[in-house]
Amino acid sequence: MEFSINQEIWLRLWSIWCAGEEKRVGTRTVFVGHRPVSETDAYVEQKFCDNRIVSSKYTVWNFLPKNLFEQFRRIANFYFLIIFLVQVIVDTPTSPVTSGLPLFFVIIVTAIKQGYEDWLRHRADKEVNKSSVFIVENAKQVKKHSEKIKVGDIVEVKADETFPCDLIFLASSNDDGTCYVTTASLDGESNFKTHYAVRDTTGLRTDNDIDSLTATIECEQPQPDLYKFVGRINVYRSNQEPVARSLGPENLLLKGSTLKNTKTIYGVAVYTGMETKMALNYQGKSQKRSAVEKSINAFLIVYLCILVSKATVCTTLKYIWQNNPFNDEPWYNQKTKKEKETFKILRMFTDFLSFMVLFNFIIPVSMYVTVEMQKFLGSFFIAWDKEMYDEEIKEGALVNTSDLNEELGQVEYVFTDKTGTLTENSMKFIECCIDGHKYKGGISEVDGFSHTDGPLKYYGKAEKCREELFLRALCLCHTVQIKEGDNVDGLIVNQERSTYISSSPDEIALVKGAKKYGFTFLGHEADFMKVQNQKNEIEKYQLLHVLNFDPVRRRMSVIVKTSTGKFLLFCKGADSSIFPRVQQDEIHQTKVHVERNAMDGYRTLCVAFKELTQEDYKKMNEQLSEAKMALQDREEKMARIFDDIETDMHLIGATAVEDRLQEHAAETIEALQTAGMKVWVLTGDKMETAKSTCYASRLFQTNTELLELTTKAMGNSDRKEDRLHELLLEYHKKLVQDFPKNSGKLKRSWTASQEYGLIIDGSTLSLILNPSQDSSSSNYKSIFLQICLKCTAVLCCRMAPLQKAQIVRMVKNTKGNPITLSIGDGANDVSMILEAHVGIGIKGKEGRQAARNSDYAVPRFKHLRKLLLAHGHLYYVRIAHLVQYFFYKNLCFILPQFLYQFFCGFSQQPLYDAAYLTMYNICFTSLPILAYSLLEQHINIETLTSDPRLYMKISDNAMLQWKPFLYWTFLGAFEGLVFFFGVYFLFQNSSLEDNGKVFGNWTFGTIVFTILVFTVTLKLALDTRFWTWMNHLVIWGSLAFYVFFSFFWGGIIWPFLKQQRMYFVFAHMVTSVSTWLAIVLLIFISLFPEILLVVFKNAKRKNHQKKLSNRKESDSLSSRPSFRPLLLRTFSDESNV
Amino acid sequence: MAAASSCAELAGRNKPDNTAFTQQRLPAWQPLLSAGTALPLFFCAGLACLALGLGLHFSSATIQRFAGPVCLYYQLSNYYQNHRRYGVSRDDRQLSGDASGLSSPATECSPFRTDPQGLPIAPCGAIANSLFNDTFTLYHLANGTFHPVPLDNRGISWWTDSNIKFSNPELVNGSLEAAFKGTAKPLNWPQAAYMLDTGNPNNTGFINEDFIVWMRTAALPTFRKLYRRVREGNFSSGLPQGTYCLDITYNYPVLSFQGTKKVIFSTVSWMGGKNPFLGIVYLVFGSACILTGFVMLAVHIKFQKQNQMDVE
Repeated sequence: MEFSINQEIWLRLWSIWCAGEEKRVGTRTVFVGHRPVSETDAYVEQKFCDNRIVSSKYTVWNFLPKNLFEQFRRIANFYFLIIFLVQVIVDTPTSPVTSGLPLFFVIIVTAIKQGYEDWLRHRADKEVNKSSVFIVENAKQVKKHSEKIKVGDIVEVKADETFPCDLIFLASSNDDGTCYVTTASLDGESNFKTHYAVRDTTGLRTDNDIDSLTATIECEQPQPDLYKFVGRINVYRSNQEPVARSLGPENLLLKGSTLKNTKTIYGVAVYTGMETKMALNYQGKSQKRSAVEKSINAFLIVYLCILVSKATVCTTLKYIWQNNPFNDEPWYNQKTKKEKETFKILRMFTDFLSFMVLFNFIIPVSMYVTVEMQKFLGSFFIAWDKEMYDEEIKEGALVNTSDLNEELGQVEYVFTDKTGTLTENSMKFIECCIDGHKYKGGISEVDGFSHTDGPLKYYGKAEKCREELFLRALCLCHTVQIKEGDNVDGLIVNQERSTYISSSPDEIALVKGAKKYGFTFLGHEADFMKVQNQKNEIEKYQLLHVLNFDPVRRRMSVIVKTSTGKFLLFCKGADSSIFPRVQQDEIHQTKVHVERNAMDGYRTLCVAFKELTQEDYKKMNEQLSEAKMALQDREEKMARIFDDIETDMHLIGATAVEDRLQEHAAETIEALQTAGMKVWVLTGDKMETAKSTCYASRLFQTNTELLELTTKAMGNSDRKEDRLHELLLEYHKKLVQDFPKNSGKLKRSWTASQEYGLIIDGSTLSLILNPSQDSSSSNYKSIFLQICLKCTAVLCCRMAPLQKAQIVRMVKNTKGNPITLSIGDGANDVSMILEAHVGIGIKGKEGRQAARNSDYAVPRFKHLRKLLLAHGHLYYVRIAHLVQYFFYKNLCFILPQFLYQFFCGFSQQPLYDAAYLTMYNICFTSLPILAYSLLEQHINIETLTSDPRLYMKISDNAMLQWKPFLYWTFLGAFEGLVFFFGVYFLFQNSSLEDNGKVFGNWTFGTIVFTILVFTVTLKLALDTRFWTWMNHLVIWGSLAFYVFFSFFWGGIIWPFLKQQRMYFVFAHMVTSVSTWLAIVLLIFISLFPEILLVVFKNAKRKNHQKKLSNRKESDSLSSRPSFRPLLLRTFSDESNV
Repeated sequence: MAAASSCAELAGRNKPDNTAFTQQRLPAWQPLLSAGTALPLFFCAGLACLALGLGLHFSSATIQRFAGPVCLYYQLSNYYQNHRRYGVSRDDRQLSGDASGLSSPATECSPFRTDPQGLPIAPCGAIANSLFNDTFTLYHLANGTFHPVPLDNRGISWWTDSNIKFSNPELVNGSLEAAFKGTAKPLNWPQAAYMLDTGNPNNTGFINEDFIVWMRTAALPTFRKLYRRVREGNFSSGLPQGTYCLDITYNYPVLSFQGTKKVIFSTVSWMGGKNPFLGIVYLVFGSACILTGFVMLAVHIKFQKQNQMDVE
């Protein structure tokens, strides 16, 4: 909400203050151990912020003003504050207590909640800040609180401790200057990452040694990217030139990560406190607002208008009425001196304000609190859901925000990632090809696969040395590590107990695949990689350089030195990035395989190699070291050098890895489509792979006509844009212009004869979204959008993360602002998760970034079905009903009071006693609706999940449109009229008691109020379809409480009250038989239309259900088998491609 | 919603509890107001309403025959006792006999708080000041002479009002007059409060029942207030047929505000005074229920037939 913005500003201010002057300079210089570089330079203490973490918002001193200020920035709260102030200042009919008390209640509840949350944050902060750390000062270890660490301090961290701030790794107890770190609490990746110390400091393994180090570190100013760091360390030795070494993310130990498998390390603090990368990442996400909230605001404005017009009408009529002097001031009711002396205009103004105050209850003060409580408590049901718990990862759903619960019931567009979301992302090595020869199965593996395609039948047809080269490449070109079982000695690697760990599951599959063919990767030893070959010999390769995989280059490379002194470059990557870099005559034989594998839905990678000459390597090595020393754009520079080398490589072969579809992914997609949602797949994968996944997950059916907007479809000509234009116009004509005109009405029915699917790739998309200056192409975007919206399914492949977000934004901003949902599992999906109305993260294998940035996280894709169809539907219905009910109950609460003005000379006489005015919303009618909005299941969860068509019933914010709003408003108005005039006619009687005594105005009000409370509560009871014991308790309990309270309130002479208006009024009321009869009758009359409606609705529904079940029976006969594994798919599915 | 997420996370770490509540599977009654259940309901309710309506209607009609004790009401119209300024112009503390209330009445009583001399008025305020002061005497012509009909002024106010809410200030030397010393009478009153019923110490001062009845402000601008009841002697079972004469002492001005005054004789039954409204509404509502019942029955049968045809 508003707070987050505030927090952001505040954080920014904080960091500006922390950084001070330093901010202007791009780098900071840290003196290790605060030691000056040379005696001549006086050491100047630099100002950095201390290591205190402050995540709390308030302190004891500023809590009250700051919290109050923030709360009154809410329009509703501010409105009630104004009303309260008016009541205090102006002589108004009701005492300030009547609106002050509910406001106070609301403010206190919110303040307590926020205070508690802040207290928790304080406690967590304190725990972190007061934890003890060891700092090396003057060759001695000094124990200090964590918050006392200053930039430049040398800190010692022991195994399994978390790093207290961002440290540059200097030395560890390991000889090779490495340490293992897990970043589980930062990004959720639990694998161990190896960090390296700079060569020149690895030897400093004792306190004395480390104290002798004189060095400065220059590094960039703090920035939030966890995976980026550039810096340089200058180590000064006596009588020597200082040595400069580059520092990268592998040298930086982040606060929040944990040291593993390493006894101790020394590090020097470079970023502390709020400048650590963790703190910089802590910034609150931009808050998303739900559509329901917008509806609430619209209704609020309507009610404000009603309020103002009511007050205006009353004020006007009052002065017309008072024109008659005998009305204005009859002899029995003379004005006070003050009243006579006030100016007429001022009097009119105060009268207007008084009416406003009298009718202000029409704006439900407690609605916001109730809505917030409902969302807060209701979101627990998602996390508690057993069906969304995954046994494999031992986790259930996660709710990061409860503000969007109801939005889950309104989704119109689903954008899903492919890998890890639709598919398992657990890769299985299927086959490979070496020099055009297919290798399937394994040496030791005997399985049922038969290879019938003649020439590819045998493995081992390629030359032995090529085969081995290929397998060695698989064993060397990767970033896989070996995690050993805890009780295994480092020397003896027990095969069963060690597991491969990597950030990419593909790599593990490849390494495992190589193992199957006899080449086993045994792990790293210092700079060497050990590989066990088919003859069980251990080969050692010196690892010289690694350039990790990145989505732009779409390949990775390693340079190794063999034991014979040869320099080899291995490169593996997507075919599109490898083929241009290898010798062209080698491509063809592999290309056939790659394309075929891609058609089968496998992920393919090509492997190439190049032998480097000594000179080449030397030259390159120099360039690389130079690039590594660079402070800025280091990665780009390195990539450029590699680009230069990765030319004229030799293609060895290709691999195919299967990514299985997730369990029930196809059914889920089908259900979502039946529920009227449009599913778009956005993936970075190849078009062929993605397309086959789409067929497998039934996004495309066999009869779906595919429209392609891909580089392939446009050919390689220079007239790309023209061709694109032609295609767009052609498709547009096909879909939009020739489409039956009545399709608007049948928007969500899929009975249309022809379904269309669209395939577009990243480069075409950027052509459409960012056309060249050519003016004619400026309307590409709108044509493209129209085509997209007509398609039942859209596949976007080769998408960069930002393009995914672009697509989401484009759809989000179309006419009607459809609600979008993004679901993904990887870091590349974060942008679209943040962009969409609802972002869902899959707790997948690619780390936790998506889950951390999402609004909701679920373990698997199939859980989306229950999350949307059941939870989303229910939350929407609950909250929509809650909102409508709140407006309704306040309308029929205030309408009688308004009508009463016509009978009391527009004198602002309240109809109800102050206690009733105050308690109505907070006590008498609050709990039943809260219980309803938490527990209601108007349709069973099972039915909701199994029949996706029900989801369409609430689409387009159906329950909060003007029509239902008007219905509720009319209902409220009708009931208000019945209450008032029913009792009015009852009071035409001389007496209602059997002894002839008469009732006064307070009894009149109490009768109306009693009918009101009962009717409003019973109306809710009528709407309740799911009566748990809690509903019974609160509904009947509220009514009982009302009766009890009324007796109590009227039973005592309250010393603090000026007037004992209610004394025994209620007790007298219940002794009158006529009153009883009238109350019962009026309640019945008020509910009569509602009962009629419910009965008719139910009759209709029953009828409908019968028809449905009939249809279902006939459907089930013709329905397709529910699940077809990908492997069984035949090519006939794609015959129309 | 930081707490929500942290709690949810906690819950997510471990396997969620498999309880009926957390899984939203609490045993629940799921009533469905179908036509089948609603039809009998409509008919029953309709019949019950009709029966009640008839009962009400007849007991309301019997009231005209003056059987049973008769109540004498006065009715004022266009008189806004429910005007806010008027309604607050009283001091309940003073009326409960509180000494400080006597000496310094509440500010709400203004402009009837103090008299021109500055003495506090008791009872203060506009309501008390405008106490209805017409008097009625009823005569019955029997044997050629008019005999006064005894009018009972006891028990015309709420018991809790006259016994608890209203009470006189503590007597000074056994004298109520002394207790009221230092206060002025309301401007419009002919005599002080303690003189309201000089003959009966239990009906004078603040606990005078006519006064208490007046102080219970009416809900609507046309209102009736109970004046007397006839329940003694020959008239305890109602006013017998005959000629009556009502003697009215006209004190209370109503023409200035275009009001009217009326005197009403009415008997009361178990349901209070004559009230055709309730009976009529019950009858109408009961008929409406039964009518809708029939309509729904017709629709229901039609639907069922259709369904059967569909099935066949």
